[in-house]
Amino acid sequence: MSDHALFKRVAIGTIAVWLLLFAFAPNLMVVIASFLTRGESEFLVWTPTTDAYARMLDPLYLHVFWNSFYLSAMTTLLCLVIGYPFAYLIARANPAVRPYLLLLVIIPFWTSSLVRTYAMIVILNTNGLLNTLLQSLGLIDEPLELLYTDGAVIAGLVYTLLPFMVLPLYAAIEKLDWRLVEAARDLGARKVRTFASVIIPLTSPGIVAGCMLVFLPGLGMFYVADFLGGSKTTLIGNLIQRQFLSARDWPFGSAASVTLTIVMGLMIGLYLLAAKRANAKVEV
Amino acid sequence: MKGLGRGAYLALVYAFLYLPIAVLIVYSFNDARYSLSWQGFTWGWYESLSQNDDLIDVALNSVIVALLSATLATIIGTLGAVALYRYRFSGRNVLNGLIFVLIMSPEIVMGISLLLLFVTMGLELGFTTVLLSHTTFSIPFVVVTVMSRLSGFDKFLIEAAQDLGATEFQTFRKVILPLLIPAVVAGWLLSFTLSMDDVIISFFVTGPDFEVLPLKVYSMVRLGVKPEINALSTVMFALTLVIVLIAQSLLKERK
Repeated sequence: MSDHALFKRVAIGTIAVWLLLFAFAPNLMVVIASFLTRGESEFLVWTPTTDAYARMLDPLYLHVFWNSFYLSAMTTLLCLVIGYPFAYLIARANPAVRPYLLLLVIIPFWTSSLVRTYAMIVILNTNGLLNTLLQSLGLIDEPLELLYTDGAVIAGLVYTLLPFMVLPLYAAIEKLDWRLVEAARDLGARKVRTFASVIIPLTSPGIVAGCMLVFLPGLGMFYVADFLGGSKTTLIGNLIQRQFLSARDWPFGSAASVTLTIVMGLMIGLYLLAAKRANAKVEV
Repeated sequence: MKGLGRGAYLALVYAFLYLPIAVLIVYSFNDARYSLSWQGFTWGWYESLSQNDDLIDVALNSVIVALLSATLATIIGTLGAVALYRYRFSGRNVLNGLIFVLIMSPEIVMGISLLLLFVTMGLELGFTTVLLSHTTFSIPFVVVTVMSRLSGFDKFLIEAAQDLGATEFQTFRKVILPLLIPAVVAGWLLSFTLSMDDVIISFFVTGPDFEVLPLKVYSMVRLGVKPEINALSTVMFALTLVIVLIAQSLLKERK
């Protein structure tokens, strides 16, 4: 074999073997496991069944799914409302300071979300910064119970996930063809109209990408709910974690993961559709 | 006035992003175990960290896994990016698709899927399984970083090398790799950070005998807020800060 073919084979072979073994095979196993039965002594028994999926329709679990979707959706909405003007201002800032403004978003993006969630506890604690501040301003007499509420979980999720919303939004806004915006203005569109009919549709791929990067992790970050939420706040992540670590019900945990993955797949489909439509509109 | 409003909004959001971390850092130097009020400066919490042998062992575990997984991911990811960029072969789309799946998979799904794989393979959960998992989730980041650099490449350089009789390997070694170095180093640094910070995946794939730093922090926080955790978090934040700054400056060079 010539050196030519050898390098090519090694390069392709390494990544192919790794991805098939550690990306393809494990995902296939989750799907298979979700159709198996839980055993007495073993985790899984080869008795095919759709029980795990049927059990997810139990009101108890439906409630967990609903609650987790609700918290994640609220988080996504808040991140979008806070993040869009923020990304817009960074993208429109003086090019000399822009890289530094961006760097200040990238640093929290890479900072351990565990550390950032912990920082949120320090702020929201009964004797934490926020309560102390509100009390010293005389706005409240007694410290508020900020921790261990759904609000605290949303605050924690927004805090850890905001950079994941801002970065794709920034990328989309920065790429925006401003001539189209000027054209709209020249044709007499008011500011609000220009924003709603030109800027928003053109940046929709960034909006959808940002929403996905916030919404999906928001369903799984079990430690945020562990640290900041009350005993009733359970995310899909906590549910899956419990099935694998304490309840030992792997088929059910797998079924919940498959469901989560299907939701993700649908959202990616939506994203590709939005990107396609945005491109089509530009070409028209 | 308008400009002022814009600046104020930016400042407000940055304050939201940084204030909690800043508070954490300040308290890590506060000479009080429970009180929020400032009781004077101390290195005490850092000293007690440095005397906690158990914690140091766990931190070492994390550093070793991060060094090895970042290196493995960088080698595999760089070769993979070059292969995917340079060659047309059957299954290329499948590989691209798998990389996309790895990037998009919720971490918790990746965690349990790897757990299932390791249990099926009969691997004992611990160092090996954590290393394999961290390498796996870092690979796509290396591929993407290297790929973006590759696409900015002058293709004629590669053609010139081959016209001059260089083999594929020589072209890779002497032409492609030197040009890729900033992206490769940035990819390594980012993989290192990812590995040092991962909670969710490590949670599932490690066994009782092998603990990593984020999991240690997780169990410490569950037991209650302590000044030592402030100090430890500050150290972890500082480490990330340094690494990200180096990675960013490397990636900016291409412009």
